Amino acid sequence: MADDAANLPVVPETPVRKFNINFGPQHPAAHGVLRLVLELDGEIVERVDPHIGLLHRGTEKLMEYRTYLQNVPYFDRLDYVAPMNQEHAFCLAIEKLLGVDVPRRGSIIRVLYSEIGRVLNHLLNVTTQAMDVGALTPPLWGFEEREKLMVFYERACGARLHANYFRPGGVHQDLPPELIEDIDTWAKHFPKVCDDIESLITGNRIFKQRNVDIGVVTREEALNWGFSGVMVRGSGIAWDLRRNQPYEIYNELDFDIPLGLNGDCYDRYLCRMQEMRESTKIIRQCVELLRQTPGPVMSQDNKVVPPKRGEMKRSMEALIHHFKLYTEGFKTPEGDVYAAVEAPKGEFGVYLVSDGSNRPYRCKIRAPGYPHLAAMDWLSKGHMLADVSAIIGSLDVVFGEIDR
Amino acid sequence: MSSLESLEKLADGLVTKAKGAIDGYSVAFGEVTLNAHADRIVEVLTLLRDQKDAQFQQLVDLCGVDYPERAQRFDVVYHLLSLTRNHRIRVKVRTDEDTAVPSVTGVYPCADWYEREAFDMYGIFFSGHPDLRRILTDYGFHGHPLRKDFPMSGYVELRYDDELKRVVYEPVKSVEFRNWDFMSPWEGADYVLPGDEKAPAGGAK
Repeated sequence: MADDAANLPVVPETPVRKFNINFGPQHPAAHGVLRLVLELDGEIVERVDPHIGLLHRGTEKLMEYRTYLQNVPYFDRLDYVAPMNQEHAFCLAIEKLLGVDVPRRGSIIRVLYSEIGRVLNHLLNVTTQAMDVGALTPPLWGFEEREKLMVFYERACGARLHANYFRPGGVHQDLPPELIEDIDTWAKHFPKVCDDIESLITGNRIFKQRNVDIGVVTREEALNWGFSGVMVRGSGIAWDLRRNQPYEIYNELDFDIPLGLNGDCYDRYLCRMQEMRESTKIIRQCVELLRQTPGPVMSQDNKVVPPKRGEMKRSMEALIHHFKLYTEGFKTPEGDVYAAVEAPKGEFGVYLVSDGSNRPYRCKIRAPGYPHLAAMDWLSKGHMLADVSAIIGSLDVVFGEIDR
Repeated sequence: MSSLESLEKLADGLVTKAKGAIDGYSVAFGEVTLNAHADRIVEVLTLLRDQKDAQFQQLVDLCGVDYPERAQRFDVVYHLLSLTRNHRIRVKVRTDEDTAVPSVTGVYPCADWYEREAFDMYGIFFSGHPDLRRILTDYGFHGHPLRKDFPMSGYVELRYDDELKRVVYEPVKSVEFRNWDFMSPWEGADYVLPGDEKAPAGGAK
């Protein structure tokens, strides 16, 4: 038999030209403005060169020219899917520099809204990941819930998206009691919605075919490539800043950290689904704590925290503080700090260098999506062209934070 | 706080172990910073990654900082994280516009994009980097926007020209950003205050 094969006429292999295509920047599965230059051999991806920066707004440069308080809203515009989680990191960095403590009720509200942000993010990611591989219903169901959560954002701070709610020293204003009750009602009902969405996606044949064993990240790779958040947990590394380096009141709360086994797109999807349930658990605990804990939501340090409007009308000192804090702002001591939070996408860090003035000398934003997207090349190598969109979907990238 | 103490002990040990590659360390705001030599950064980071009591498996962040008044104007700052030991450390090296810093992509592959960003934003060179291109700025962009001598409003602005049917670049025409002087004249101003021109120098400032 072997002789037959050897006797076959030798057909000279014709060199096939590699095929280069542009994926994006206006592609619905690119999750924003991502341009991928793909080098294909037939339908197999040989090289991926992501071109980012199409949404670069120079946030870090702009921040060097504005006071700390003016800079908080820039963080809403980074990962605009979960705005408050970003503000949180910046506020933690400033608080670390200043040594300001956040009152307990302020901490609880921060945790509550960080978890709402996590659900907002995962709802968008999980459902659009399904849409990238062809399912249309999940985003509709997911966005209905997102809408409700954005109303909670609005009722807390007046804005659906660009919240500017977390401030150095606490949160801007207290939550009305009805809002807390409504959040509780929502949280009671939300696990049912998770079940519904899962019934659409988890067992879905097409979704599984497109995601199982696609974009596998091993433990070593996850560490070497600077991954964080679901990208390491999906590979089975038990690492969550809320648990390992707890901030605010996370060490008092009862929640589990879901881990993946195989590190593929499907496991990361499952992690995100489970994380939403865990977030709901945290939200309900926070609601319970808020009912028991009255008190201020903002630090009482008048050299950092502007006075309330009502107080300003009666007190000269408050008026002066108000004027000074909204024009000059507060000054931070010289030095540099790094503060990080477990944002829905991973470790969101802020490296703040202060020269003792009222503005940051340098503020480096460490976006979790940046190293994730950087791994696109080796992650997609050898996969089919159609898998690229599945991988991008499970990386959970948002260009507001990657391009800054 | 005991974790900070153990980290200080670790830093102390590292300074002796690195044999001159690390100048020293400082502790501020509960964080430890190592000051290393730029030309031996690969050695330092390898040591930090592989030493048994350090185990910094991840490079969390790499960025530049510009201090134009210094001869070696740039700081390159590495943030490391150990997941097994659960601690963080910061490594700083200094360089100038012409001297390249050895690339650490061999130690931490994720440094690739971070170094490209530092090159794009500050013009810091990294020797041995596989593909040192601009990353965040536009195709054909000139200058390094995060340098302190780069104006916040930039040099060019772009608009769509309806006659040429394409996007055109033009010098910035918009109103310059009003950069207020926030230094209090009683505390920090080191210039002559308006109206004080005739007052004797060194007098009431």
